[in-house]
Amino acid sequence: MDAFLTPPESEALLLSLRISFVAVFGALPFAFAAALLLARTRFAGKTLVDGLIHVPLVLPPVAIGFLLLLAFGTRHGLGAFLLQTFGIRLVFSWTGAALASAVITFPFQVRAIRLSLEGIDPGLGEAAQTLGASWWDRLVNVTLPLALPGIAAGIITAFAASLGEFGAIITFVSNIPGETRTLPLAIYTALQAPGGEAEAMRLSLLSIALALIFMTLAELVQRRARAGA
Amino acid sequence: MSVEISLAHDFPGFTLDVAFALPRAGVTALFGVSGAGKTTIVNAIAGTFRPRRGRVVIAGRTVLDTEAGVFVPAARRRTGYVFQDARLFPHMSVENNLLFGWRRAAEKASAGEIAHVVALLGLAPLLQRRPRALSGGEKSRVALGRALLSSPQILLLDEPLAALDAQRRAEILPYLERLRDEAKMPMLYVSHALDEVARLADDIVVIRQGRAAAQGSVFDILTGLELPALAGAPPLGAVIAATVAAQRDDGLTALAFDGGTILVSRLAAAVGAKVRLRVRAEEIMLALEEPRAISANNVLAALVLAVGGEGDAQADVQLACGNTRLVARITRASAARLGLAPGKAVFAIVKSVTVDAQSGRG
Repeated sequence: MDAFLTPPESEALLLSLRISFVAVFGALPFAFAAALLLARTRFAGKTLVDGLIHVPLVLPPVAIGFLLLLAFGTRHGLGAFLLQTFGIRLVFSWTGAALASAVITFPFQVRAIRLSLEGIDPGLGEAAQTLGASWWDRLVNVTLPLALPGIAAGIITAFAASLGEFGAIITFVSNIPGETRTLPLAIYTALQAPGGEAEAMRLSLLSIALALIFMTLAELVQRRARAGA
Repeated sequence: MSVEISLAHDFPGFTLDVAFALPRAGVTALFGVSGAGKTTIVNAIAGTFRPRRGRVVIAGRTVLDTEAGVFVPAARRRTGYVFQDARLFPHMSVENNLLFGWRRAAEKASAGEIAHVVALLGLAPLLQRRPRALSGGEKSRVALGRALLSSPQILLLDEPLAALDAQRRAEILPYLERLRDEAKMPMLYVSHALDEVARLADDIVVIRQGRAAAQGSVFDILTGLELPALAGAPPLGAVIAATVAAQRDDGLTALAFDGGTILVSRLAAAVGAKVRLRVRAEEIMLALEEPRAISANNVLAALVLAVGGEGDAQADVQLACGNTRLVARITRASAARLGLAPGKAVFAIVKSVTVDAQSGRG
């Protein structure tokens, strides 16, 4: 890899992958729970919850970064509590970047999983019930395996979207080389320096390659899911 | 009585209010037109539907008693439910579908019993397949096996044949007959198809607009003159329990029943074997004197019990032949010409008979 990329460039690539991985898999259980709630239950205020989950899709990422900064800034509130009690500091750290990515890409995961949950015949759950399966048993052995294509599609789209996240990260955790400078931030930094266009171009091509890989993966997963249905 | 059921629930524009019981073994049919509330009753027994008021006792265990606040969840009711649409798990092989309930059963069927169910339903060649690769009839058989292997205390069959064409249906019915004759648990069979009910059921509960409009043995209900009004005018017909009496030299088989003997074309069955006969009301002619020069083999002496079908061109005539009930559909004009009235002696000329297998009970 070093033959093509300078050390700071490969650092940005690996950092991007690590942040996206943690963001997507950290959010996955919550996304599954939210999708289950939206697909299977009816409750007062469901429309509101549905809307809140999808807010990151339409809100400017910079605004989300700013809100996260307000919530997790170490001077007061939740951020101060986390720092003093657990020694966890999210601002200016790569974990904070993962949190920002998770918030932004959460709706992608929920949507994909919810769609596949809604496609499962509710009669199968009833059948499992009459065969002696409890709620957890049905969730693990019927619902989860049948929702797998949707879960996989959600993971892939969220991962791809997370790789491109810029506004929320730079606002919340700044642009620190080796800590929070992901690929998009590295492109931006290159463009700020005189004569950085060549580097920006290389990093952009790298981003395009990554995007293509993930979109092909998503397509393959969906095709397999359709063939299996 | 091994299963007691009483349920009441108000739906918009529809009230369910039924009470009936099932014997320790044998098939009880819930019979009625679509929308009469049959599936709701089955769901309430299985526990996938919770009625406002009700009591369900299965094999001495109260699984629902709204007054005492008892509601055993569906997963612990031990009902074997066979759905109309099979509902096999698409992500599992047939084998894992079959063993889904078995793995979760409190009392597990032995390896021998599993092998027996697999053989009974002809499932051996299907075990490694996925449900997607099965025909409709095969799916029904797997669903039946899956329910049986969960060691249920009652088998609930909700129109298991309704989704199948006539050919597949004919393919499954013999399996259901074998099951009826072997199963040591009560079976509740939901259907709106009279031929299935006549072939399989021992007892019938006629459901009409959420209520049990009539209940009794298959022999009595299907010859009951009130049945057409209760269940959407199904074709009436007698069901007769008979035994193979003799294989005659002339190629006919003599079947003895409580009321006489019926001859049918050679039946591949041993003398003493039990069979179930079905005679549709249209297949019986009536005469006041015994016809001698006639091609029909079966002429039975009978007494008129009742004449129904008021205000119709057709008249249904209920007959007693020994202790067996028959029913004949003739025109109202013929009934008047013959002067048919309760107590009158007639001869019933049976034009054709359908023979179904029945071992054991009957």
